[in-house]
Amino acid sequence: MAQATLDMGVITTVDGTPLKTKLRQAERRNRLRSFGLVFPLLAFIMISFVFPIGDMIFRSVDNPVVAQHLPRTLAALENWDGQEIPDEEVFSVLAQEMRVAAEAREIGKVATRLNYDLPGSRSTITKTARKIRKIEEGPYKEVFIEADKDWGETETWSKLKQVGERYTISYYLAAVDLQRDATGNIISQPENRQIYVPLFLRTLWVSLLITVICLLLAYPIAYLMATLPVRYSNLLIILVLLPFWTSLLVRTTSWIVLLQTEGVLNDILVWIGVISDEGRIQMIYNMTGTIVAMVHILLPFMVLPLFSVMKTISPSYMRAAKSLGATPSRAFWTVYFPNTVPGIGAGSLLVFILAIGYYITPALVGGRTGQLISNFIAFHMQSSLNWGLAAALGGLLLAGVLALYWLYNRVVGIDSMKFG
Amino acid sequence: MRRFLKSSVYATVGLAALGLAGVSQAADSLTVVSWGGAYTNSQINAYHKPYEAKTGVKINSEDYNGGLAQIRAQVEANNVTWDLVDLELSDVIRGCDEGLLEPIDHGILPAGDDGTAATDDFLEGTLYECGIGQIIWSTVFAYDASKFTGDKPSAIGDLFDTAKFPGKRGLRKTPRVNIEWALMVDGVAGEDVYETLSSDEGVDRAFSVLDRIKDDVLWWEAGAQPPQMLADGEVSMTSAYNGRLFNAIFKEGKPFEIVWDGQVWDLDLWGIVKGTPNLEQALDFVKFSTDTQRLADQTKWISYGPVRQSSLPLVAEEMQPHMPNYPENFKTALQNDFEWWADHQDEMNERFAAWLAQ
Repeated sequence: MAQATLDMGVITTVDGTPLKTKLRQAERRNRLRSFGLVFPLLAFIMISFVFPIGDMIFRSVDNPVVAQHLPRTLAALENWDGQEIPDEEVFSVLAQEMRVAAEAREIGKVATRLNYDLPGSRSTITKTARKIRKIEEGPYKEVFIEADKDWGETETWSKLKQVGERYTISYYLAAVDLQRDATGNIISQPENRQIYVPLFLRTLWVSLLITVICLLLAYPIAYLMATLPVRYSNLLIILVLLPFWTSLLVRTTSWIVLLQTEGVLNDILVWIGVISDEGRIQMIYNMTGTIVAMVHILLPFMVLPLFSVMKTISPSYMRAAKSLGATPSRAFWTVYFPNTVPGIGAGSLLVFILAIGYYITPALVGGRTGQLISNFIAFHMQSSLNWGLAAALGGLLLAGVLALYWLYNRVVGIDSMKFG
Repeated sequence: MRRFLKSSVYATVGLAALGLAGVSQAADSLTVVSWGGAYTNSQINAYHKPYEAKTGVKINSEDYNGGLAQIRAQVEANNVTWDLVDLELSDVIRGCDEGLLEPIDHGILPAGDDGTAATDDFLEGTLYECGIGQIIWSTVFAYDASKFTGDKPSAIGDLFDTAKFPGKRGLRKTPRVNIEWALMVDGVAGEDVYETLSSDEGVDRAFSVLDRIKDDVLWWEAGAQPPQMLADGEVSMTSAYNGRLFNAIFKEGKPFEIVWDGQVWDLDLWGIVKGTPNLEQALDFVKFSTDTQRLADQTKWISYGPVRQSSLPLVAEEMQPHMPNYPENFKTALQNDFEWWADHQDEMNERFAAWLAQ
């Protein structure tokens, strides 16, 4: 310990440097050392988390394709009033740009982009582009309308103008079942194409249900794990951890084996005569399947935080409550339960957030009615290639989770959460 | 702290660049991607093994479930690891339009065994700017013969008639083929199907027919699923790819019967991923695998029709009745209209998804 002297008004160490400076030096060294330790994690998070999410959010508004390939057409359409189809001048500019894009093999991207907002317009573009490549010069108006009569509709042109915006909100509109009409007003999608809002609601509802079921199942297990003698509680912990360590796919497919109509459970029910052979119950490939399998998979995420919190509650609290005359149920609700709230908060938040983005299990056992929003994000990533819409759906999901986190923090306080 | 952030950004970018540079390409191997299962197996036996024996090039076979997603990701990231992909026609057209596939000069294709120039030897509509046809496959439906003792299903209408033929149905989880079938069941002639579907009323009509069996359908996604569902007794009838059914019936001895009425046929083609470092090798493999003998050979392992006229006589006689383009099977066949689907798939997929969720 450095000896401090007080005689000069400034506290110094034995070698004469002010204590403050010395302290700062020591702290800086410590900070650098700790940063060195944290750096690999920071780099990892930047690469695997911050960049991809930033990129995703950017993609959900980024709309470069049409603006990049048809800039002069869009400029020519700038002052177009939308009342009648544009004149020859615009057609000829579009023809030139389409020819260039077709030769560069980029016209398909323009066609795909327009098709998102105007179904059926993909072939309008590709057919016309093929035709334009064959002819040398105009007049183009007739050629266009002959190639596809949609060029004679003002809707085609106003949609073309809309998808030419460099940044767009149309993916977000589509993600909440809205669209823009020809004049730019926001209107809802036709009823038979409204899927995402119901799906978001369904995802929220299912995640909430799964969280509640997990809590009801996990609470007694965690209580037993925390209170039984070590001999038994160790066995229980292993029973909880073993499935936790087993591959997700294995657990999901075992549920298929158990629950399918020709599966183990139905066979047993038929065998003991509860149901007839024709009356086998559909327990999988629907919402029931999704819920059962997801509860099983997410249960450890509820049990473990609860267990670690319950472990810290001294048994003497309950004894004290009882010795003061509380009934067992009163002692539980007024003494034990409030102490476990941080664990409930942690477990519920964990399970809910995992459930809301769950993808593989609903895809395998969800069938027709058990699909969640993440399955549609995957669909747009893998099949329809509408990455903008996938990004917008993902962005909304992320916003939802952040909002919930904020709400949780306001209501319960994130500081009170305990994982162990 | 600001400087910390900045330098950590540089460091991460550097790390990422290192990671990309670390991916190297071996010049003496080729990555060929196809649909897995019995189908990939037929290609390994008919194309890959003889090609490896002939050239010494090692072929890595990978599986995928169709679509352009991975190809697009590889091309956009400038990190192409697939060389050659077995694609459906609509994906070839779209991939070509979007610059994801290399154009292939039809002049390089070998003439048929009988000397016919390749462009004449390939059946009409099987050669495209970025895709070389290999096989004709079709979506048909099949039933478990042991489950139906009296009347047997024989027409496409029976798939949609759960009163006459009770039991669950398996259908592919896509509007494709299903809405075509629905209209055919409702009495629309094959040649009018896509025209009818081009109007809103036509689509409404198709979905209202699908409504009839909606509650009895189990939806499958991978080609290997439907024969399994049929074998497990989960469904009594299911749509499936004809080659997979052939495999289940003749290689695994399952008591299934194929109904060819109303089959919807399509092509599988080779497409070369844009920017592959092994372009020459890939072209060479395309030439090799689509010659007369090789296309005929693959029919030994699976019942998909070769697209070369000159291959047809070489197909073993006992295999011929199992080909989609066998005259007896082909009477009421409908060709999948790739252009209609390219235009309407986004709209139909959304509508189908909304319909499923209702």
